[in-house]
Amino acid sequence: MTGTLGAILYPWVGLSHMLGHPFLRSAFGAGTCIALASGLVGYLVVLRGQVFSGDALSHVAFTGALAALAFGLDLRAGLYGACIVFGILMAALGRRASADDTVIGSVFAWILGLGALFLSVFTTAQSGTGAVGSASGINVLFGSILGLSTSEAWSDSIVALVVVGAFVAIGRPLLFASLDDAVAGARGVPVRALGYGFFVLLGITAGVATQAVGALLLLGLLAAPAGASQRLTASPFAAMWLSAGFAVFSMWAGLTVAYLAPRVPPSFGILAVASGVYLVAFVATATVDRLRARWSSSKSPAPLSPAVTGGAPGGS
Amino acid sequence: MPTDTPGIPADLTMAHFHHMFSFHFMVNAFRAGTIVAVVAGAVGWFMVLRRQSFAGHTLAVVSFPGAAGAIWLGVSATLGYFVGSILAALVIALVPRSSSGRTRSQESAVIGTVQAFALASGVLFVSLYGGFLDSLTGLLFGTFLGISDGQVVVLGVVAVVVLAALAAMGRPLLFATIDQDVAVARRVPVRVLSVAFLVLLGCTAAEVSQITGALLVFALLVMPAAAAQQISPRPGVSFALTLVLALAITWTSLAVAYFSVYPVGFYVSTIGFGVYVLAAAGRALADRVGSRSPRRSAPTAPTAPTALAVQP
Repeated sequence: MTGTLGAILYPWVGLSHMLGHPFLRSAFGAGTCIALASGLVGYLVVLRGQVFSGDALSHVAFTGALAALAFGLDLRAGLYGACIVFGILMAALGRRASADDTVIGSVFAWILGLGALFLSVFTTAQSGTGAVGSASGINVLFGSILGLSTSEAWSDSIVALVVVGAFVAIGRPLLFASLDDAVAGARGVPVRALGYGFFVLLGITAGVATQAVGALLLLGLLAAPAGASQRLTASPFAAMWLSAGFAVFSMWAGLTVAYLAPRVPPSFGILAVASGVYLVAFVATATVDRLRARWSSSKSPAPLSPAVTGGAPGGS
Repeated sequence: MPTDTPGIPADLTMAHFHHMFSFHFMVNAFRAGTIVAVVAGAVGWFMVLRRQSFAGHTLAVVSFPGAAGAIWLGVSATLGYFVGSILAALVIALVPRSSSGRTRSQESAVIGTVQAFALASGVLFVSLYGGFLDSLTGLLFGTFLGISDGQVVVLGVVAVVVLAALAAMGRPLLFATIDQDVAVARRVPVRVLSVAFLVLLGCTAAEVSQITGALLVFALLVMPAAAAQQISPRPGVSFALTLVLALAITWTSLAVAYFSVYPVGFYVSTIGFGVYVLAAAGRALADRVGSRSPRRSAPTAPTAPTALAVQP
């Protein structure tokens, strides 16, 4: 309790005290790289309208990781393997993969059911120490960033930075292809190859983010910073880097909250900050829009008819 | 586990089933499963037709923090399931319209954020409670152990209310689902119906979560309806078929789960998926045979929603 109070009263002392813990240094280092990758990749996920892919990814990441554990392999082998195979599959499906498609939804519900089976296989295989198996299953679902060892933190950071590097390398044509694939294709941009590359990067990001915030919550780390930045600016490049900035900020603030209040799981802290950023951006832009609409309607007495402004209600 | 040796006994006889039903918790599990299957089938049939399965998935996920929060506060988890899902249904019904009509990608970002935040809150509540890991996997992947008599009564009462509401609004809802523009022109209250249906969907998701777990609700809500709509394009037939399939899937899963060590959610999703695959394969086969015979060379309408026809 004195640590908490001291950290609030003397921020610099508190910061150096916080970073004095090796596990928090690992968490901050790896977390920063992972958040950078998630923010960048997540922006394109939102831009392409493929948030559902992130939702499906969380099912696959969980099942892949627990399948590896159940068969006695390294967790990360299953995690990356499943996520990358899934990414290639989603790229092959293309824009047909939408959220309300019952076929794809059923497949992923079944995959998650398989994950429950593997969790149970793994738990019962370790007879007597069932709590350990159950705990690692929960870690896959909800993340364990404070439990990363130094070597894990290094390898996660390197993987995340490789994703960032690859993303920056293909970022320009990828943005072009995502915004208007027909024109990009006509200009000789390899749209299909970029699509595959993007989904492989998404798969790797999901794999690495699962270790930080968990399979079920990685959707928030992909969607919330990107959604916020997309509301704030229309320029794709600015929004992309703003999204990365929001993700890193959420990571830092969330980890700090988890450090100050030990009962709060770090994954919740990170997601709460990210959702808060989104909420602020949403309310701010909605208020500005409303004020601007009122101002312009008071100037010009001919507002758009509701038939023009109101789109088709309900799902597509 | 109740049996000495896990796994389905090789010499499965009626005696095993008598033994199974001699446990009160198994009787309760079957009672609850039956109630849940009927509601899930009925509401799921409309949900698949309305293409709102992503909303259903989100509502189910939200029931997890509801239940976890209720356990933390010392209230009954059943109450938490319903409060969480119904609140989320109202939020989903209200938010997308009030926002300033931007692109669809924004809307999906909202849903994704809400979903992840809800799950994160669930973890927080579990952590604040002190974190019994076994109950956590039960909340997520389903459990059929320890369903009390009181819970069965609550499930039954909610089921009756939901089914009565669905029966009352079924006809206009079907009309509004199949042709919204005509329904609006005929003064059907489409907006009210849509909000009411989301609330019913929330109640249903909360009910189903208590058997399959919050993460596997999709299995019982979507798969029977999707399979039935593959088999028959006629609304009445496919509706009845949905109920039959949902009951068959639930009963089989509960029985198999009783004899094995693995979670019931796995069996529900696997058997449900198997039924769906069989239905889709049968449909594809029938279409191929049908297209070969000259009598039915006219273009067949492949999807259920367009093939349906109702008179208002």
